Amino acid sequence: MHHNETPPRLELRGITKHYPAVVANQAIDLVVQPGEIHAVLGENGAGKSTLMKIVYGVVKPDAGQIIWNGQTVHIRSPAQARALGIGMVFQHFSLFDTLTVAQNIALALEPGQAIQELSARILEVSTRYGLPLEPDRLVHLLSVGERQRVEIVRCLLQAPQLLIMDEPTSVLTPQAVRKLFETLRRLAAEGCSILYISHKLDEIRELCHTATVLRGGQVTGTANPQLETSKSLAELMIGKELPAYKRSQVRQVGEPRLVINDLSRPSDDPFGTALAHIQLTVHAGEIVGIAGVSGNGQQELLYALSGEKPGQSEAVLIKGQAAGQLDAAGRRSLGLRFVPEERLGRGAVPEMSLEMNALLTGYANGLSKHGFIQYPKLRAFSNACIERFKVKAGGATAAAKSLSGGNVQKYIVGRELMLNPEVLVIAQPTWGVDVGAASFIRQTLLDLSQEGVAVLVVSEELEELFEICDRIAVIAGGQLSAAKPVAQTSIEEIGLLMGGARLMANTADTHEQQGVGL
Amino acid sequence: MDTNTLILILVATVAAAVPLIFAGLGELVVEKSGVLNLGVEGMMIVGALCAFIVATETGYLWLATIVGAAAGALMALIFGFITLSLMANQVATGLALTIFGVGLSAFVGQAYTSVALDGIKNLSLPGLSSIPILGKLLFSYNILVYLALVAFMVIAWFLYKTRAGLILRAVGESPASAHALGYRVIRIRYFAVLFGGAMAGLAGAYLSLAYTPLWAEGMTAGRGWIALALVVFATWRPGRVLIGALLFGGVTIAQFHAQGLGVELPSQFLSMLPYLATIVVLVLISRDAGVIRLNAPASLGQPWHNELH
Repeated sequence: MHHNETPPRLELRGITKHYPAVVANQAIDLVVQPGEIHAVLGENGAGKSTLMKIVYGVVKPDAGQIIWNGQTVHIRSPAQARALGIGMVFQHFSLFDTLTVAQNIALALEPGQAIQELSARILEVSTRYGLPLEPDRLVHLLSVGERQRVEIVRCLLQAPQLLIMDEPTSVLTPQAVRKLFETLRRLAAEGCSILYISHKLDEIRELCHTATVLRGGQVTGTANPQLETSKSLAELMIGKELPAYKRSQVRQVGEPRLVINDLSRPSDDPFGTALAHIQLTVHAGEIVGIAGVSGNGQQELLYALSGEKPGQSEAVLIKGQAAGQLDAAGRRSLGLRFVPEERLGRGAVPEMSLEMNALLTGYANGLSKHGFIQYPKLRAFSNACIERFKVKAGGATAAAKSLSGGNVQKYIVGRELMLNPEVLVIAQPTWGVDVGAASFIRQTLLDLSQEGVAVLVVSEELEELFEICDRIAVIAGGQLSAAKPVAQTSIEEIGLLMGGARLMANTADTHEQQGVGL
Repeated sequence: MDTNTLILILVATVAAAVPLIFAGLGELVVEKSGVLNLGVEGMMIVGALCAFIVATETGYLWLATIVGAAAGALMALIFGFITLSLMANQVATGLALTIFGVGLSAFVGQAYTSVALDGIKNLSLPGLSSIPILGKLLFSYNILVYLALVAFMVIAWFLYKTRAGLILRAVGESPASAHALGYRVIRIRYFAVLFGGAMAGLAGAYLSLAYTPLWAEGMTAGRGWIALALVVFATWRPGRVLIGALLFGGVTIAQFHAQGLGVELPSQFLSMLPYLATIVVLVLISRDAGVIRLNAPASLGQPWHNELH
């Protein structure tokens, strides 16, 4: 955009990085001008994060040139990147929970500054950019949005010329996103360049001046996102159009399958959130979504629902039966199926083969007999799951950890669906999954509810919830709002609730008054 | 019990606590960096033997003390190379280090079993040491006892008041984040491990040069394990390590006196008391999960390497 005498802030030429199994980056060229907000757009696994780690000195490229303000540089470490004036805000925050805000920031700065002086500077910078922070608070007490502010302020204190933001909005409420954009625009206006990594097309069109699109480790195009449509950007990003969802307009909603009845529970994790009087009913044939910023009690609720942390008998009813005291196997035998957020480690054993992982939840469904594994059945089950759910894997004997995140998720979802669920509880169904697999999983959930299964989806992606859910509730601070039919709410309203506003009087389930017969 | 006996008990308590203070604080620093070295007992006993050999062969007690610490650090270097550079399992390597140290010292130490040594003497400060009660309580120890207290203060100050201490704690909490900020995780952990080894060696040197100036096979008698337990019981806080060490020392001495007074309990049971008491207190105090998570190094025992993250 600026074609004057000053050299570009950053220029990448032919950056290439190969890992043993994949080509993360192949001959990538990219130019960022001073004061430009430059989007790097691509699906998960397209090579965005690797490219940014190369710029920030965390990863060394195999080939290629980095030109910084007209000078060729070799960035060998993050410390060197920071010395050049490059700051980075990580997707998964690189903060230390048990230290204070000021200590966290001090660790990223050059030595020689007293903590008190630093606290004053933190306050000054955070007020100037509208990022309020208390320097003496311990980080584990902060909300996710506040943690991100710590990271941003930490970068700003180093007066960066280039700020790298890796998927910054994935953990924010829509309102917090708007505030973040204001801050970024102000920074850009002051001459700081911003590399903005995202797969969210709307955000990029709203914020960025230029977009470089990556697919499979290669640049597939450069565009002015303000002149493009989401459709054309998506085509650059995934090589085809975004799929649309098929949902039947005639919805048959049946009897209550999963009832959560005044569920209260202190958190076992001292940094966790206690649940307070959770009230929710999920009927046969409907999809209910729970939105919320992570860390507001989702984990605790999911543990209480899956049976990993049993509680009071009457607090959870599955098909009318008190199940609150049952463990995970007991609830499974009542027809509950559960897909956790952590696929490897909780949903599947990483080192074990796919078929062994099928046995973990399918042992009661004929895959074992008198305590012996029925190998032919197990093999047939796993192969059917791989085929039906289009899992890309080296067969049923491949280790779960050898699959990409999206394929593990497809396999785990498939495994649970093939075990005849009556109630399905699923957390972050498409987190870290590429667009194609995500739409497949969403469609699968829609089909499932069509068949009369009660589905509860816990997700941080609002768009996803609005696409597939019949009703949406919001969890904030361990409390659950009343579930509202999707047609009667909006992203803005849900966003406000996520931020903690309590629009409705307490947590009565509105289903009874409204009826869901869409 | 008269005042003199009480003072004797208190003085003996401090003397018995010193090896645990050294070894416990050393291990605390190691664990704060995210490394779990279960080889404390092995490093301690090798330190004890090496110090004793140097003392009997050269007669220089100060040199013997330094060599004891160096021997502990050398043992720690083996551990560090295997776990930090080769990324082997820390628990297994630490256990092996203890077995190795105990066996090696028993083998090499055979020739020194009945050698007499004029150990490190208690201070005798003209004026100060002869003050009634206080003189005995404060100014009658050997130099290593004061060194242990200085070590406590320096370590507490280092961990919570210096930038280097902050970096060490950060590495133990999240090595990946520390690396992303540009800190050299492996190097910092090496320093911590070597320091912990030197402190364990120092604890050994104290045993064989000052506490009981002689060499006997297995003379550390499980103190390395108690030091390890103390770190956990103290929820990774130096002040509590100090208190725990004194508690263990106190019960050790008290049960000796109880045996002397002819308490109607089998002596074997009384000898168990210090271990039992420490474990009971350990369990009672470490019930508060919040305190533990705030102080426990989150990455404890997990191998880490730059290239894997």
